[in-house]
Amino acid sequence: MCGPARLSNVLLIAIDTATPACSVALVDVDWEQPAAGTATGTGAVRTMSRASRRVIDPRRHAELLVPLVRDVLDEATTRPADLDAVVVGLGPGPFTSLRVGVVTAGAFADALGRPAYGVCSLDGVGADTSGRVAVVTDARRREVYWAVYAEGERVAGPFVGRPQAVVDELREMSVAQVVGPGVVLYPDVFAGLTGSSPGTGAGPIDSGYLDPVTLARLAGSDALAGRPPAPLVPLYLRRPDAAEPHLPKAVAV
Amino acid sequence: MTAGVGACRVRAGSAPLVLGIETSCDETGVGLVRDGVLLADTLASSVDEHARYGGVIPEIAARAHVEAMVPTVERALSQVGLRHRDVDAVAVTVGPGLAGALMVGVAAAKAYALALGVPLYGVHHLAAHIAVDTLEHGPLPGPSMALLVSGGHSSLLLVPDLATSDVVPLGATVDDAAGEAYDKVARLLGMPFPGGPPIDRAARDGSPTIAFPRAKATDGTFDFSFSGLKTAVARWVEARHRAGEPVPTADVAASFQEAVVDVLTAKSVAACRAHGVDTLVIGGGVAANSRLRALAATRCEAAGITLRVPRPGLCTDNGAMVAALGSLQVAAGVVPSPLEIPASSALSL
Ligand SMILES: [Zn+2]
Repeated sequence: MCGPARLSNVLLIAIDTATPACSVALVDVDWEQPAAGTATGTGAVRTMSRASRRVIDPRRHAELLVPLVRDVLDEATTRPADLDAVVVGLGPGPFTSLRVGVVTAGAFADALGRPAYGVCSLDGVGADTSGRVAVVTDARRREVYWAVYAEGERVAGPFVGRPQAVVDELREMSVAQVVGPGVVLYPDVFAGLTGSSPGTGAGPIDSGYLDPVTLARLAGSDALAGRPPAPLVPLYLRRPDAAEPHLPKAVAV
Repeated sequence: MTAGVGACRVRAGSAPLVLGIETSCDETGVGLVRDGVLLADTLASSVDEHARYGGVIPEIAARAHVEAMVPTVERALSQVGLRHRDVDAVAVTVGPGLAGALMVGVAAAKAYALALGVPLYGVHHLAAHIAVDTLEHGPLPGPSMALLVSGGHSSLLLVPDLATSDVVPLGATVDDAAGEAYDKVARLLGMPFPGGPPIDRAARDGSPTIAFPRAKATDGTFDFSFSGLKTAVARWVEARHRAGEPVPTADVAASFQEAVVDVLTAKSVAACRAHGVDTLVIGGGVAANSRLRALAATRCEAAGITLRVPRPGLCTDNGAMVAALGSLQVAAGVVPSPLEIPASSALSL
């Protein structure tokens, strides 16, 4: 008799803008074990994508994202009001794009009176890996964002660092495989780790970009259980560039 | 279908409720306007976070917008007991302004428009500064003249019709904005950021006895320049320091301020005369300046020009001005913007 009502299935829109890809998916989520008798499912959830879009254009996320959401809804003849929740990748990622995704998710959910769940964007790749794997994406300024997964669970990160320093840390952590779009950017640096695949694996690893359907799955049990979401806080991992001015000098205006 | 908001609806029986969103600089503004009436005007400002840097830091402003966006919309609606579904149209500043900051508001506005199934209106920041005056003083006679002065802009604009035609730029600053000059001079005098209010206050205790230059005052254009003035103030203060004499802060503030508002008001009146316009609107953060208001009133009266200045709270960046312009556009039957509309930081008129 305690806790919010559990739902048997939910319809989620999942978006991510933490990489050059602007990704949207409309996803049905339900419990892996359907309600049998009294209890409505527990544990694992499963997903089915109704429609999805991905456009790779890092400088136009603000233009593209909401039209992509519209297109996905139109394709599945779904109205915004049919949605049960919004899921968004919180990054880490280039700030401007990241903000577009997070504020779009927040506003969309607010307008509909639905919850918006945030998920670490790197989980969109890492959750689908097995063994000990690092996910690496471009952080610009000759750096990468990265996190380490063990059987799909994030065990370290997300962090930001120089590629060579990341490789050194991964060796110490006995991580032999690296995936994600960051690997392609620094092939020579990551080549030292055996088993690194810059985009030759299977499933979401293949494209190198994260899969919003995976983000929907990760937020699925919270949405099904009706758990209130945590506030959407982008994972910037860096402070803003800003220098305090020196004390006023008479002429230095 | 490019607009993607085909399910647009306007409720019968009452004028459309317009939600306005403004994020071009450091203020997250949300306004609600129905039929020219301001219902709510809520603001979250990151100005305190910028103060120690002496100017707005774009990345800090953009982060603050993300944090404040939804709560500010919520506050605006709950203040007047309205719900999201009462909104009939969404208006948003698409430029000009800080690129990263604009994108937050534009993305949010698109999301609200799509989720609510209502049209989106991307509006020009400067036109919105003028439109806000209609909330206080009613419809603007066309054509009118507008002087917009703030930390980001100093422009003279001819306004044929706010809702249906573009504003015509007659002149603008060729270097610093007027508000920027205030900030820099304030720093020179050891006053806090933003510099407008402390200089205005200090100037009341001083006299404009120092003859600082009035750049471009008689060049026949409607452009402004404040960089030379700022340097002249710096040199004058430095000379005092070097001579070991105290700096008469109040007199410096008053003299600097007089130089700024003298040129602003003289050119505004000249622009009205040149274009046969008898109404002048002043907007932007610097419009809150007491000396600018006083001198503009005197000179407009002498020239037979009707002066309209919104109350100080509406002169600075806010959501009300965006909702006001959106409301005018809805009423005039202007075609809504597509959901693909980009934020345009360098948008010109
Ligand atoms: Zn402004």
